[in-house]
Amino acid sequence: MNEPAVVQIRNINKYFGEGATRVDALRDVSLDIFPGTVIGLRGPSGSGKSTLLNVIGCILEPNSGNMRLNGELVYDGRWLRSDLRKLRLEKIGFIFQAHNLLPFLNAWENVAIAQVLAGVAPAQASRRALELLDYLGVGRRKDAMPGQLSGGEAQRIAIARALSNDPRIILADEPTAALDSQRAGIVMDLLRKVAAERRTAVIVVTHDEKIFDRFDHIYSLRDGALELPDRMAA
Amino acid sequence: MNLALKDIRHSLGRFLLTCVGLSLLLGIVLAMVGIYRGLVLESLGLARAAGAHVWVVEGGTRGPFAESSRLPGDTRDIVAAQWGVAAAGAVAYQNVEATHRGATKRLLVVGAEIGRPGEATGLVAGRPIIRSRYEAVADRRAGLDLGERIELGRDTFTIVGLTENMVASGGDPVVFITLRDAQKLQFDLTPSAARREAARTPGAIVSTNTVNAVLVRLLPDVDGAQFAQTIERWKQLSALTQEQQENVLARPVIERARRQIGLFTSLLLLVSTVIIGLIIYTMTLDKKKSIATLKLIGAPDRTIVGLIVQQALGLGLISFAVGAVLINSAQGYFPRRLVLEPADAGTLFAAVLVVCLLASSLGVRTALKIDPASALAG
Ligand SMILES: Nc1ncnc2c1ncn2[C@@H]1O[C@H](COP(=O)(O)OP(=O)(O)OP(=O)(O)O)[C@@H](O)[C@H]1O
Ligand SMILES: [Mg+2]
Repeated sequence: MNEPAVVQIRNINKYFGEGATRVDALRDVSLDIFPGTVIGLRGPSGSGKSTLLNVIGCILEPNSGNMRLNGELVYDGRWLRSDLRKLRLEKIGFIFQAHNLLPFLNAWENVAIAQVLAGVAPAQASRRALELLDYLGVGRRKDAMPGQLSGGEAQRIAIARALSNDPRIILADEPTAALDSQRAGIVMDLLRKVAAERRTAVIVVTHDEKIFDRFDHIYSLRDGALELPDRMAA
Repeated sequence: MNLALKDIRHSLGRFLLTCVGLSLLLGIVLAMVGIYRGLVLESLGLARAAGAHVWVVEGGTRGPFAESSRLPGDTRDIVAAQWGVAAAGAVAYQNVEATHRGATKRLLVVGAEIGRPGEATGLVAGRPIIRSRYEAVADRRAGLDLGERIELGRDTFTIVGLTENMVASGGDPVVFITLRDAQKLQFDLTPSAARREAARTPGAIVSTNTVNAVLVRLLPDVDGAQFAQTIERWKQLSALTQEQQENVLARPVIERARRQIGLFTSLLLLVSTVIIGLIIYTMTLDKKKSIATLKLIGAPDRTIVGLIVQQALGLGLISFAVGAVLINSAQGYFPRRLVLEPADAGTLFAAVLVVCLLASSLGVRTALKIDPASALAG
């Protein structure tokens, strides 16, 4: 790996509550994630997987440590940027377990909205949205409302949205939990394709053993602490 | 891509239902203001229609409407002889209860001289009074048709013409007859004891020759206020300019109605605020997850605030427009006269904008507090 890490985490700690009710959700976590890799995060329920993802996504402030995203120091005991949303808009794509499409926008609008928010002209945003839907094999469904989509289709549209601003990092919290193993495989292959072709770092939280072979590295969390990589793909 | 619009389209039914209710409310507000304007105009209708510049009345009074005023019948000749007068006409006003087609009607009977200030103007049907006796011009609101007969006092009158919106300040429709007929009517309606008394005295007929006011139309370039001053030199006469007369007439109506209508208007606007506030708030709660998602993706606060405020404004403006159209087209069916002035509509429009902004603040506050991380949960 001669490219620099897109995500660089050093000694991150995050706890919830105080005193007797204190829960240490992340203990001294350090981690480097490189462009073009697909990383798995596993661990028992309550081990801190979502917490770690939220910290990387700049939606949860840690208590200590530091973090660089795309080379920029964004957290060092405190947030160093006031416009975290802009950072998210431009650099990070989110894919959710429950796919979180906006119910009042149709498929292509759901993809275009992220670009429109980032200031892309509507015509250009919609063109790119349609391209992305084609790229992910759901071009036919471009006019469907979220309520009319199958779980797999919705998930692919969510991926298209996460990709639409060409983010450096994609964060996915159990993206395949609602899918059968065949569709889960398709979604993971798509994420691998995206990582390979766009040099995006993809971080996926999963319990799903059937897709463990689709990751470049899998990290395990236990009681908020990171264990050594389980396995390296060839 | 307008998110507010897209979201409204997604929950169109509820939005439109709210619009319907709200447009009725705003329509009522417009109607009340219209009724108020109508009341003020009505109170002036009779005084304006006379086309007078100066009203000559009994000395020391502000008659003939606000206070009673009695003048000798020859006052008109004296006034007409003054410099600057183009025309002068004596008038007599008399409240009368008349029975017509079995129903009792309250009317204001105006006695005026043919071809002189004070006679019926602005006829919408028929012709003016041309015979000196037993002809009448009635207002449409009296419910009398052309050619119909009505008994006033001991005489029967034929309706030869109709006016519109000519009512006394209390709302009673006006019936015009000649001054001579009116003086006879006044005599007929005087309690019989007083009449017998008058009949016994020779020359008593002269005492019925009284009028309530003399209306003066001035030559161009003659100042009304100055002319009024010259009239005031006669101790037994007072004079009001048309403007003063209108103030005397309109003030009590304005003072009475403005407070009531103002109160109801404020209450209705308050109710509108609550309705808009609640509906926008529930629409925001329904969108909690979407708003969290937008924030998570990276939408700035102004996008979120814009979404909510635009919906509130949309609700208010659509309702206002529908309400205004509704009232405009229902105008003719109102039992009272509605006067819809663009300026009033403009003021209400501005008030609706303020109401929408106020109402959306609850939704906005809720939306701004939504945690982006909540989009990730389940
Ligand atoms: N907002 C919060 N307030 C208090 N405690 C929290 C909060 N979020 C998470 N925790 C706690 O932090 C710990 C880690 O939670 P986290 O959601 O990261 O676990 P997870 O590994 O994602 O679990 P799962 O597999 O069930 O999703 C848990 O003990 C949880 O109860
Ligand atoms: Mg979790």
